[in-house]
Amino acid sequence: MIRFERRTHVPFGLRLAAPIAAVLVALAFAGILIAIAGAPVLEAYRRMLIGAFGSRLAITETLTRTAPLILTGLAAAVAFRARLWNIGAEGQFLVGALAAAALGSQHGLHLPPVLLIPALMLAGAVAGALLLLGPLALRLRFGVDEVVTTLLLNFVALLFVSMMIEGALKDPLAFGWPQSVPVVADAMLPKLVARTRLHVGLLVAIGLAVVIALVQARTVFGMESRAAGLNPAAARFAGVSLTGVLVKVACISGGLAGLAGAIEVLGVKAYVTTDLSPGFGYTGIVVAMLAALNPIGVVFAALFVATMFVGADSMSRALGVPSFIADVIVAMSLLAMLVALSLANYRIRR
Amino acid sequence: MMDALDIFASAGLWAAVLRIATPLIFGTLGALISERAGVLNLGIEGIMTFGAMIGWMTVYHGGDLWLGLAVAALSGAVFGLLHAALTVPLGLSQHVTGLGITLFASSLSYFIFRLAIPVSGSPPTIVPFQVIKIPVLSDLPFLGEAVFSQTAPTYLAIALALVIAYALARTPLGLAIRIVGENPHAAEAQGIDPIRVRIGAVVFGSALMAMGGAFLTLAAFNSFFPTMVQGRGWVCIALVVFASWRPERALGGALLFALFDAYQLRLQHVVGKAIPYQLFLMIPYIMSILALLVMARRARVPQALMQPFRRGER
Repeated sequence: MIRFERRTHVPFGLRLAAPIAAVLVALAFAGILIAIAGAPVLEAYRRMLIGAFGSRLAITETLTRTAPLILTGLAAAVAFRARLWNIGAEGQFLVGALAAAALGSQHGLHLPPVLLIPALMLAGAVAGALLLLGPLALRLRFGVDEVVTTLLLNFVALLFVSMMIEGALKDPLAFGWPQSVPVVADAMLPKLVARTRLHVGLLVAIGLAVVIALVQARTVFGMESRAAGLNPAAARFAGVSLTGVLVKVACISGGLAGLAGAIEVLGVKAYVTTDLSPGFGYTGIVVAMLAALNPIGVVFAALFVATMFVGADSMSRALGVPSFIADVIVAMSLLAMLVALSLANYRIRR
Repeated sequence: MMDALDIFASAGLWAAVLRIATPLIFGTLGALISERAGVLNLGIEGIMTFGAMIGWMTVYHGGDLWLGLAVAALSGAVFGLLHAALTVPLGLSQHVTGLGITLFASSLSYFIFRLAIPVSGSPPTIVPFQVIKIPVLSDLPFLGEAVFSQTAPTYLAIALALVIAYALARTPLGLAIRIVGENPHAAEAQGIDPIRVRIGAVVFGSALMAMGGAFLTLAAFNSFFPTMVQGRGWVCIALVVFASWRPERALGGALLFALFDAYQLRLQHVVGKAIPYQLFLMIPYIMSILALLVMARRARVPQALMQPFRRGER
């Protein structure tokens, strides 16, 4: 008789195979949709690759898209590891962007550039963290599930941004378009590659992934946040203050999402509109799951997701397949990854 | 000029309350049944979006309005089966799976819609469900216009709420669903298969969610556009908690919620530009959070909610 037995240790090869298998399943499913749309499937995927990596400009565009996804992916990974279900990265991203834009405009902070940029990034992170501390407080104090409150706050945050950019922060020179006053030139992040949109925010994001990996592997806090997620009762028994751990995790998670928003403003757009984020917050959840919550894995998962989005845009223009195919691939790979992860946790015994 | 309190005296407000409440009643009942059996379904937002799209698409391509509603329900059931397959026998995280279903169902809706309907200046429309005036009752002063002049799906939603309330409380099937949600091992000892009951509850609940979405495109509006569900699914999840997992209270909660929504829409016209309109639009979401806050401690949560059931394991 065949039965399934839980593995005590998942080998590295299997952990690496899970996301690859998930992505292949998603691409196969999307291939059916592309065929239904009347386009040659392999040609479509070839054009996606060319669109994402086919030229110097394409590569920099893909990497520019990767930077915020690394940060929102880390935001989800850090929180989910401690079983803090932060689904509010989208809203945290937006308030972070708004904070950076407000303080970085000519009416905002007046600091030398060396101090101004870090101050604005910090402001974005603080705004994001504050937006997550609210739902956490409701969970700790009243037992309200943070999934629903963080989801609902995404809509509140979007409306708040809309209110501010049509009100106090409206750019009077934008011909009536609702957008915020732009940040000053000194507040803009230096470019990594001249005459492209790629900025140093990518390095900040990768650096933070490394720092978080080290913190999780090497520090007491890293161990405590893992314990809080795996077995809260045991963690409490071992003397871990769950409240303390969750507050720290929320500050980091919300902070990362807020920072992503700040960096998108300071690195790419210079101002805030309501469509600043094409779902970076929600996509961050997929990035985190594809990486199996591993911070270094997040960098690669973010690159994959960015490739799909940038590549699909270009493929769509050439072949007429709706670019929403990228969203389908990304969502499908999340579901496939969940199955793959759960299968990787078991082995077959006869 | 109308005063802020005069709004309550207009029958139009109360008619709007029932209209706004309808998708919430469908969605909340769907989420409630699934949770009573022990499965949280965060796929609701995406399932509602898909129902809105596929229901509209069916009618746009010549189908009958009722066929549109049925196709939407069927599509919801399929997504429900996917959610159930992943969370019940496989026991995957209900949170993350549900979010995955939402991302999958909504992106698939946008893809199919964009594929079938090329971008154009004004979105194509259909002829939606028309108001049915119930004979005699609709002639009543005030109540006639407020309550008895609605579209057919609204009457259906209210009837469903009452039927489901009765079925959950008084029928063997309802009892089976409740036991599975409270203690699946005890249910199994009684000869009930918890896995089958859970899968059935999720599939049925998801069909209701999709019907709620379809109401938006087949009755409330006459066209489909992306992001039209606007967080209504999440509001439904909050309403289930507010209703303390009881269908009759879910009906009341959805109506109360819709009252605030309908009121804020009219209040906007009264106060004009003095207050930014975004503040009014925030009200439904903030109301939902407050509802959770008020009820979180008092609500009777199904004891096995989000606990995967594995045969022979405790």
